[in-house]
Amino acid sequence: MSYARALRCRKCGREYPLEPLNLCDFCLSPLEVNYDYKSMAAKVHREKLATGQFSMWRYHDMLPVEGEVVDLGTGFTPLIKANNLGSELGLDQLYIKNDCLNPTYSFKDRVVSVAATKAREFGFEAIACASTGNLAASVAAHAAKGDMKAYVFVPANVEPGKLVGAAIYNPVLITVDGSYDDVNRLCRQLTEKFPWGFININLRPYYAEGSKTLGYEVAEQLGWRAPDCIVAPAASGLLFTRIWKGLDELSILGLIEPVNTHMYVAQAAGCSPIVNAFQAGSLHVHPVAPNTIAKSIAIGNPADGYYALRVARQSGGGAAAVNDEEAIAGIKLLAQTEGIFAEAAGGVVIAALRKLVASGVIRRDELTVALITGAGPRTQEIVSDMVQPLHIQPNIESLEEALKVPV
Amino acid sequence: MAKRQVMFTFPPELIREPVIYHLGQQFKVIPNIRQADISESKGWVVLELEGEEKDIEAGIAWLTSKGIRVDPVTGDIVEG
Repeated sequence: MSYARALRCRKCGREYPLEPLNLCDFCLSPLEVNYDYKSMAAKVHREKLATGQFSMWRYHDMLPVEGEVVDLGTGFTPLIKANNLGSELGLDQLYIKNDCLNPTYSFKDRVVSVAATKAREFGFEAIACASTGNLAASVAAHAAKGDMKAYVFVPANVEPGKLVGAAIYNPVLITVDGSYDDVNRLCRQLTEKFPWGFININLRPYYAEGSKTLGYEVAEQLGWRAPDCIVAPAASGLLFTRIWKGLDELSILGLIEPVNTHMYVAQAAGCSPIVNAFQAGSLHVHPVAPNTIAKSIAIGNPADGYYALRVARQSGGGAAAVNDEEAIAGIKLLAQTEGIFAEAAGGVVIAALRKLVASGVIRRDELTVALITGAGPRTQEIVSDMVQPLHIQPNIESLEEALKVPV
Repeated sequence: MAKRQVMFTFPPELIREPVIYHLGQQFKVIPNIRQADISESKGWVVLELEGEEKDIEAGIAWLTSKGIRVDPVTGDIVEG
């Protein structure tokens, strides 16, 4: 049984039943799942959680689902102590949460697992999304596992090679003529016309809750404590806000001490509406037109931008944007110090972390967790310059010559 | 009749103009304001537009041509 009680408007607090809804009817602000924490606290404790399965579903009682889940084995990804990278950046206690190691290689499996489960509970026979990468793959994979149909909408100008990661699961793949804005508009209209669970529209409040498990896992893997600092990428801002919610819930439930974590938003300079607002001291996130290689976080009009901004401010955290060259340098640095090949969003996080440490915003002694949310191979062309093999003839002398080893 | 939930962001020079009134008059679109924040230097309004689909589209195109940014309140749907 779930402890989810209602959907609640994040701005005006109005409540709605637990249905496929995403906007407050009154103020048009996003809805989020609200829980009966008192009852939840009576059921959830550290010892019980520690005996759970090694996946995000060890936190089943803290998620808004009722019965059997659609699970690919997502979550409980490694939290590794990154001594090499820490030494390079000037941090004594740096950890990397490696969410590349999810079944479809990104954190999206966490959110889609919850959304697909709710879709089945609500009786939807199909789930849908609009995506060019990580989300498309995750939706298609969960539909396959959950025996549902998947509809994946993609702007027609996306290279076909980018779609293999989703197509392999055999969704209905639809390429749409027009710009990103055209695809956005079409998808909003589709939810009114078709009886589908649109993963980040009518299922968005449930989808969001999956991200909390990143916060839960980090705290549990640190021995039930919240870190001093978290650096996380922001696209729509949803992940960022829900990591914070996850830590806050652990504190409400008495599983960790009151949270004093500083939350830092990392964005690519070519699409940084949340960082811009933070740095300008504004309360309003102005949409921008994305122009960055970090496609997986290139959302110009972030639905939860205002709330991400608020978390960064309220937590005493901050925000940093990095250009594409810095992001690529971040990908390489992470790979070459810790052996983790991240996508561009991971490079953005590492480069932002470097800036925050160099400017003294994050101190050497602070226990810091950097979230790497997606794996590099899906977009490996952005670092193809790393392929510079030594070309030799099939004999020892040629190798010695190439290696510049004295014969 | 169709409904569309949108946010208008005004450049400073248009804050004093009654564009929402003109939107209703010229395009037969009913604007229903739900949130707003207007100051001398900036302004945004969250509202629901109700009308014929083609009228809403024409109205949004007119606003955009005047320099007002129109975004859906749901934010961008296409994710990476």
